[in-house]
Amino acid sequence: MGAGAAEAAEQREPGGNGYVGRALKRKEDPRLITGRGTYVDDMELPGTLYAAIIRSPEAHARITSIDTTAAKERPGVEAVFTGEDMGDLAAPCPMVFAPPGVEMRVPDHWPLARGKVGYVGQPVAVVLGPDKYAVVDAAEDVIVDYEPLPVVVDPEKALEEGAPIIHEEFGTNKVFEWSLAGGDVDAAMAEADVVLERRVVNHRTAGAAIEPRSFMAQWREGRLTLWSSTQIPHVCRVILSIQLGIPESTIRVVAPDVGGGFGSKLQVYCEEVLACWCARRTHRPVKWTATRTDDMLTTHHGRDQIDYVRIGAKRDGTMTGIHVKIVQDCGSYHLIEGPLIPTFSACVISGVYDFPAVKTDVVGVFTNKHTTDAIRGAGRPEATHFIEVCIDQLADELGMDRLELRRKNFIREFPNPRPHGFVYDSGDYDGTLDRCLEMLDLDAFRREQAELRERGIYRGLGFSTYVEICGLGPSRALGPNGWGMQGGYFESAQVRVHPTGAVTAYTGTSPHGQGIDTGFAQIVADRLGVDIDNVEVIHGDTETGPFGKDTYGSRSMAVGGEALARAVNKVQEKAKRIVAHKLEAAPEDIEVAEGAYRVKGSPDKAMTMAEIATEAYIPADLPDGMEPGLDETSFYDPENFVWPFGAHACITEVDVETGRVDIVRWVAVDDCGPAINPMLIDGQIHGGAAHAIGQALYEQVVYDEEGQLVTGTFVDYALPTAAEIPWIESDRTETPSPTNSLGVKGVGEAATIAASPAIVNSVIDALKPLGVTYINMPLTPMRVWQAIQEAQGRGAGPRATEQGRALDQQGRGSAGSGPAVPGDGGAS
Amino acid sequence: MIPSEFDYVAPDSLEGVLRALADGGEDAKPLAGGHSLLPLMKLRLAVPTLLVDLRRVSGLRGVQRENGSWRIGALTRHADLQNRPELGIVGEATALIADQQVRNRGTIGGSLVHGDPAADLPTVFAATEGSVHVRSHGGGIREIAAADLFQDYLTTAVAPGEILTEVSIPALDGWGHAYEKFTRRAEDWAMVGVCALVQRAADGTCADVRVAMTNMGSTPVRATAVEQALRGQPLSGESIAAAAEHAAEGTDPPGDLNATPDYKRHLARVITRRALQRAAAT
Repeated sequence: MGAGAAEAAEQREPGGNGYVGRALKRKEDPRLITGRGTYVDDMELPGTLYAAIIRSPEAHARITSIDTTAAKERPGVEAVFTGEDMGDLAAPCPMVFAPPGVEMRVPDHWPLARGKVGYVGQPVAVVLGPDKYAVVDAAEDVIVDYEPLPVVVDPEKALEEGAPIIHEEFGTNKVFEWSLAGGDVDAAMAEADVVLERRVVNHRTAGAAIEPRSFMAQWREGRLTLWSSTQIPHVCRVILSIQLGIPESTIRVVAPDVGGGFGSKLQVYCEEVLACWCARRTHRPVKWTATRTDDMLTTHHGRDQIDYVRIGAKRDGTMTGIHVKIVQDCGSYHLIEGPLIPTFSACVISGVYDFPAVKTDVVGVFTNKHTTDAIRGAGRPEATHFIEVCIDQLADELGMDRLELRRKNFIREFPNPRPHGFVYDSGDYDGTLDRCLEMLDLDAFRREQAELRERGIYRGLGFSTYVEICGLGPSRALGPNGWGMQGGYFESAQVRVHPTGAVTAYTGTSPHGQGIDTGFAQIVADRLGVDIDNVEVIHGDTETGPFGKDTYGSRSMAVGGEALARAVNKVQEKAKRIVAHKLEAAPEDIEVAEGAYRVKGSPDKAMTMAEIATEAYIPADLPDGMEPGLDETSFYDPENFVWPFGAHACITEVDVETGRVDIVRWVAVDDCGPAINPMLIDGQIHGGAAHAIGQALYEQVVYDEEGQLVTGTFVDYALPTAAEIPWIESDRTETPSPTNSLGVKGVGEAATIAASPAIVNSVIDALKPLGVTYINMPLTPMRVWQAIQEAQGRGAGPRATEQGRALDQQGRGSAGSGPAVPGDGGAS
Repeated sequence: MIPSEFDYVAPDSLEGVLRALADGGEDAKPLAGGHSLLPLMKLRLAVPTLLVDLRRVSGLRGVQRENGSWRIGALTRHADLQNRPELGIVGEATALIADQQVRNRGTIGGSLVHGDPAADLPTVFAATEGSVHVRSHGGGIREIAAADLFQDYLTTAVAPGEILTEVSIPALDGWGHAYEKFTRRAEDWAMVGVCALVQRAADGTCADVRVAMTNMGSTPVRATAVEQALRGQPLSGESIAAAAEHAAEGTDPPGDLNATPDYKRHLARVITRRALQRAAAT
């Protein structure tokens, strides 16, 4: 990247009102917290048919017959449809990751199953009727006969010879194999004095947004409108066009208030396409809203990687290389981009460390479980987890201090090209760690830890120093000729000043709880010199503003914010020319300050935006050749990703009798460039850390060996509550990115990517005196207790299940075990 | 999350409720706080055809002291009992039930008659050796002792058509008490819970002791071996620890997602020791 950090800082336009950088309260909150939000399920259209979906109770089976007669005869049932009725769909559900030169196995995936089911919960038929309760009763009258087939839920077993094949047409359960490397990893391991090997299991989790998915479709006069609880209305419209075989110009997709997504609504779901198809077929509005159990069954899951990690190092701590084989459980069918996810692990495999050689081998696997796809962090939490846990393991192996090992290998020069082709834009890894340690008081903790151990109280401290890749993204890198995503990853913005000087800003991003309305309004108000209350930010409707690329991958500010800043600059530029013309000055002599456009040096000669807008819309005296209006659009495709980073520290206390882990303190120092609104950043850090704490200590999607989902409600899927989440002591450093003129990096996923290894490292630190050296997530009381028992040489009885099988059968990567050995089933 | 179709009535007298239940037959269910029944209905694990709501019935709410016992109306909500020191173990344990929203709705009678071995109040009731009054249409008042109430998982001696009207719990003045609840999250059901009641003799030994456990079987389980081991012994850390080692004797706890039977038995021993220590110290 050409521009350095200092240059980027200079490009920042302070603007007129100083809104940027202030911790303004969220504009969207009064509405949302007083119950005046409008979610899809709040909307009613006359004549709506409600959908009840018949789902497969089998994890793997042939459908031998479907009898809809009884259901159709029930009063109040308008129609019943099965997969056979949907032959007019133009295409199955698409999967958009097609890396060049890689054989990618993509089974036909239809909104309603055709002939076969591959996971429990797969939609098989739909009942439509005007009463949302009656259709649920009627659904019980749809009789589906299944011929069960052998089930495989463990991705490593699915790769073994003789495993049940889920999609016969492929003759294998392997989805794809793919490698990304740079430098000579074999040589790196050969020259290493120590090669640390671990098998790290990153278990399956759910996005668990507070608002379950909801879709309402209307077909009128040849036009389709879909109201969807989605993160991606623009992408959804393209996909509906492809699947329904109708032009985008006849489709409108609206994302009204959306109650969280965390990646789980970065998707176009079977039920979404189904609602649209049913609306077209019946000419009635059709609505479907997920129950929590629908959501747990069929909203895509995340993580579910098994990572075979090797790190080579010299005795002095110099790390020579890292090699990871990732086994990614893809589930039985793909949704929009599931197989892409481990690629994001590969992107950040170098972490914050100056590895001269890196290599990631990925093998994706079909299993009889639901699809995995992007959940907050999407591949980067998995990578940070195995890197940061293994760095601690390596430090122990070398007998080195954990922080000394980190610092010895920190990257310190930026922009920094990594061996596998990525360029870290900017960073100061010592800076965030220094600040973290300052807040933590390490010496005081070590004294306290020793004193408490005397009294039988076990406390530990763990760190995570991380970097992540976000701001998706440069289309040349991500797109068809790069990674192979079949799309562009630019963002759009349109800024319209109205005749009275009020401003509407349209963004192609589709925020759903992040506070982007506020952050974007700050940028607009700042640069245009208007009051922030006169700025409305509009998003989530394909009929307003230009085509956009929605919200995911921590892209809204770094890509959408930059697109917006560029559109605002165009408006400002035109406004200055109007002012210069009216006040008889040169455009370059006009400055925006204190809410006005002033002639430099003559502050009494000034115009407000309202006055300028009047000139623009009553074009009686505009500069020669200038078009009327004050309305500008920008499309921005970034040159590089952005790379946020930071240091998290976690103190835990372990009840060694029961295995219960409590978090005593959390210190987070993150750097996402100059803050647009520090309060929004704090919110993302707190929520992001909570998300990772959930995975590390509480949450796990569990299937049994028959492929039945065991965690179908929040009773069993242990989402942490406010009572479980500690206060997050957060602070920032601000290292601008040279990638965009705002200098900003994304922050929505950063803390989720950072946090889980800090907990695991902390618990291992606490239990070291008892001989525990390694433990996989989630650190449930039973698993921690079992680890202690094993380390103490006591049997602990049958083990908890993990990945659908007993842990003791697994025998690797558990407490006190030796180095892991990568299986033969891994990628080449 | 949508229950099957059902009818609903809310009579304004106990007689009316009993008549409605009698008329409704086997598939009629009384509704009190609804925090056990309604979730089961939404999951279609319970499919009553008639709900008979008790909310308009007067005289089934409130707490009175009588003859050394607390008489508690069956519709008294957990929130009305929680954190009341004069109620001893009942005030302590009700504060730990689920979360405040549940405590605002859930009732003591509903919790006991539901007979969930993972619930807290059945354990307290078993330890205190209380009793309940039940009424049926055309019948009188029937008293059921704690030892006879819980028959199996979600099964009590209260028959269909009967209404539990009152709970009587010995005040156990002068006894120390503790309810220890081991959960994954604050609001969860107990993985294992232990109710310990200790009566200290003048010489510092254990005059009497009761221990009951939550989620260690298909009903609340009395840890009689622990009680026998501690009764008459000094209330020292050593003797309590030694007695607590007997906690899992004879138990056959169900394994679940969070705990294998072995781990539960281990927890029972640890939690029993902690509960006894705290009860002995109060």
